[in-house]
Amino acid sequence: MSETNTQTADAPQQEPKGSGWGKRLVFIAPTLVFLVLIGFFVKQLGENPAELPSVLIDRPVPEFALEPLPGRGKPLTSESLKGDVSLVNIFGSWCVACQVEHPFLMQIKESGFVPIHGIDWREKDPRDGMRWLQKYGDPYDHVGLDPDSKVAVDFGVTGAPETFVVDKQGVIRYKHIGPVNAEVWEKTLKPLIEKLRTS
Amino acid sequence: MSMNRLRTLAAAAALSVTVAVALPAGAVLPDEMLDDPKLEERAREVSRNLRCVVCQNESIDASNAELARDMRLIVRDRIAAGDTNEEVLQFMVDRYGDYVLLEPPFKASTYALWFGPAIFLLLAAGAGYAYYRSRTGGVPAETVRPAGLSAEERARLDALLRDDTDTSSKS
Repeated sequence: MSETNTQTADAPQQEPKGSGWGKRLVFIAPTLVFLVLIGFFVKQLGENPAELPSVLIDRPVPEFALEPLPGRGKPLTSESLKGDVSLVNIFGSWCVACQVEHPFLMQIKESGFVPIHGIDWREKDPRDGMRWLQKYGDPYDHVGLDPDSKVAVDFGVTGAPETFVVDKQGVIRYKHIGPVNAEVWEKTLKPLIEKLRTS
Repeated sequence: MSMNRLRTLAAAAALSVTVAVALPAGAVLPDEMLDDPKLEERAREVSRNLRCVVCQNESIDASNAELARDMRLIVRDRIAAGDTNEEVLQFMVDRYGDYVLLEPPFKASTYALWFGPAIFLLLAAGAGYAYYRSRTGGVPAETVRPAGLSAEERARLDALLRDDTDTSSKS
């Protein structure tokens, strides 16, 4: 105790110069760091960390030619995506969320607003997808089988269902992760399709 | 040592050997492996650097997810087709973005990630130094050292020491 006292007494004129800034910095620096962190956290709040940004947006769909579903015909190839704006939907008979979204896809098909193409992903048995469509209804135009994720990986797919909006030139314009519902359709997909049609 | 104790020790040894041998195998199943061990080793190396996009914090080499398995097979396809390791990694980055790499690439958007820790260390060291300086009032250490003996004190000390040697020689 006494030692520190004599030291400060020895150099009273150096006190404000040396520690004035230092003391202020001790309070300012953590506050700044804290504010920056708060900024990052607030930005993160609304985001779902599981949703990856698709690097494929505004890039042409990769070239591919999938096998048709047994007995269905109309296989999906990259060529079938050119000419009109279309949706490409990743689904599977094993995928529960696909069942949730399925009635809405049927509604879109009935409205005739936009063709939906399907990628039947990772079926254990190639007939499973066909049975599923026979049971619940078939909203698709062209459908291809992708049992080993070759095309799913080309589309940067991380799970099913995922829905891509592809423009007339076959360029991917949007990726929706998770089931398509009325809200997503009205707010995002429908306006985007209308915009892409006129451009 | 009792028989039971021995048995436990043997079991522990067997278990640790199993774990040590099993760990590097990851989630790769024998039917996925390439025939050429050199190519397979490269595939393992590439797979360890690729994130399983379903599980997010595992490499595709370690993950049991179905998509991870398919990605491992695609990695092997590309290696068998003659791609370099970098080309295979780029193939995945083209489809999934930098996110798919477990080690973030060194580029402008990741500078904060790479330099952040070093900058914080420097800041902390600076703050520590400033604090230390303010505690000692910025006075160099030498000036606070006690002053040497005055001439008078020196003479007294010499006298005392002489006294001491005199008494010790007498006895």
